[in-house]
Amino acid sequence: MRTSSRATKRVLMRTPTHPAVLAAELRLPTNWLDYTILGIYFVVVLGIGLAARRSVRTSLDFFLSGRSLPAWVTGLAFIAANLGATEILGMAANSAQYGVYTTHWYWIGAIPAMVFLGLVMMPFYYGSKVRSVPEFLLLRFDKAAHLLSSVLFAFAAILIAGVNLYALAIVVEALLGWPEWVAIVVAGFFVLAYITLGGLSSAIYNEVLQFFVILAALIPITILGLRKVGGWDGLSDSLTRSRGADFMTSWGGTGIGSANPLGANWLTIVLGLGFVLSFGYWTTNFAEVQRALSAKNLSAARRTPLIAAFPKIFIVFLVMIPGLVAAVLVPKIGTAGSDLQYNDAIPYLMQQLLPNGVLGIAVTGLLAAFMAGMAANISSFNTVFTTDIWAKYVVSDREDGYYVRFGRLITAVGVLASIGTAFLASSFSNIMAYLQTLFSFFNVPMFVVFIIGMFWKRASMKSGFWGLLAGTTAAMVNYFVIYKRGIIGIPSDQGANFVSAIAGFVAGAVVMVAVSLFTRPKPAEELQGLVYGTRSPGLAEPPAHGDDAWYRRPALLGWGAVVLAAACYIPFSF
Amino acid sequence: MSDSYSDRNVQREVSELETKSATAARLFDIRRIIGGLFVVYGVIVTIAGLAASDAELDKAQGVNINLWTGLGMLLLGLFFLAWLRLRPTAPPPPAPEDTGEGVGEGA
Repeated sequence: MRTSSRATKRVLMRTPTHPAVLAAELRLPTNWLDYTILGIYFVVVLGIGLAARRSVRTSLDFFLSGRSLPAWVTGLAFIAANLGATEILGMAANSAQYGVYTTHWYWIGAIPAMVFLGLVMMPFYYGSKVRSVPEFLLLRFDKAAHLLSSVLFAFAAILIAGVNLYALAIVVEALLGWPEWVAIVVAGFFVLAYITLGGLSSAIYNEVLQFFVILAALIPITILGLRKVGGWDGLSDSLTRSRGADFMTSWGGTGIGSANPLGANWLTIVLGLGFVLSFGYWTTNFAEVQRALSAKNLSAARRTPLIAAFPKIFIVFLVMIPGLVAAVLVPKIGTAGSDLQYNDAIPYLMQQLLPNGVLGIAVTGLLAAFMAGMAANISSFNTVFTTDIWAKYVVSDREDGYYVRFGRLITAVGVLASIGTAFLASSFSNIMAYLQTLFSFFNVPMFVVFIIGMFWKRASMKSGFWGLLAGTTAAMVNYFVIYKRGIIGIPSDQGANFVSAIAGFVAGAVVMVAVSLFTRPKPAEELQGLVYGTRSPGLAEPPAHGDDAWYRRPALLGWGAVVLAAACYIPFSF
Repeated sequence: MSDSYSDRNVQREVSELETKSATAARLFDIRRIIGGLFVVYGVIVTIAGLAASDAELDKAQGVNINLWTGLGMLLLGLFFLAWLRLRPTAPPPPAPEDTGEGVGEGA
């Protein structure tokens, strides 16, 4: 989960500093019942992989489920790929620290971008029949842009998979008492097994299952947590007393010039988080977009992020409320006066509130979310590595079966590499945090390049590569030099992230325009179906039977989600 | 090789693979798995709720959370099995399957 959970990285990287304390504090009273529930889940995960195996005949089946899945499946997988455990724990932590500001990561930091992906971008992505996000850059720009984005994506995917695995190991060690290496090897093995066997279909099916298990875990925690602190009113009164009135609002204290704990004002929230960071993550991160590309037709592909948007609007309550409840129950959480980190909010409530049975469901949900977070990265990594790097630049023109075999092999290599990354992370967590921040800045210029490439025919072949490079560099310079060295004062890492993203966006756009003016454009006939206002000949599919039903109209779903998200802000704005 | 990669290559390659793809014809229906798993989980957790001790009730703020969660999961599982039964997977070649999108949106 790349940019959507900047908080996560910060929070997760803090956890390992007190592993011993954590272990004693948060050990869950699990018994045979909970382990039975967990065991059943692992069996089902493997079963899905085994059963999906017979559906893999071509490389398209393995990497993109043969472009044949229904919209509700790809939509729930789309949201589940984002709903990894680092996101869940990280956003609960964010809430314990910053309060209701967390809603911004959902209502403005996700919904508009998801709707834009479905309504505006998906016809180009899906209609051009590309198999990955870098492949679109290859068609629209040139090989330089393609290779740069493929290689960076492949590295980032392994890094994030490894960080996920390491986070899982820390949490499992604290909650269940398993040694870190056992958790890393067991989770790595299961992910390896089900993706190698069933490819993307297996990953997506497991994500859909995980979505429901996660809900079954979070809903009881939220309900009991609220009950413990006297309902929403009790929660609100208590936090208003201890943290001030702004803590319980979305926009309180975000005026330009006024100080707030987030270190961001409404402008940097709207532009940095809501526009640049969120559009970069949701519309160009292949781990997400891949789910939509596996849909069975254009209508289903467009509805994938739109269907995902509705649960996304409400999931914020299931992570924010536990975080707020933890802030009430442990007033000193996250400070030197408490053994509990912000990140421990949900595990702490699980320990305090859940009896055996539901506790097993919650542990299963958390583990499932960790594995899905890793699997989404592995299944997008193997696709990019095989179809974009290996098949185009190393061994091309082999029969299709070769690439299926290679895809399976590279899945194993990817899992082993992320296990290695996880072990590395356990000794060098600072370096990992640094690397993750580094890679996260890559999404921003990706989005610039996409948006300009899709809407401006004149954007030249060379401009893609230079825009990517310039934007990434500018974001990094702003973050690592200007902010970290204190040349300009930004009160927090979050605020600096938002500003760096805006800097990267502007630099990428300026360089693209400048390079385009001096280099030759791509011939118009090669841009058909890739640029707004063009149509690729022969791509117009007849609409599938039933897709004209009113509740399947993308415009209605998309605008419905935007209006609903805006309406959700109202009770938290005054 | 020229520096510009023709989109025709990708489109031809993917269209060709689509005709040979086996996923639509041979991939099982996930509703069966979700339904089955949640019925099993629902039964286990409901039984744990029926046998709840006072200590467990106190821990969960006086709510028999196992019972309610178990019943909820059981209902969800039955919903998926019923949905599968009422609208089984359509045979893939003639028309894409016709399944509704109502699930999970209110979650």
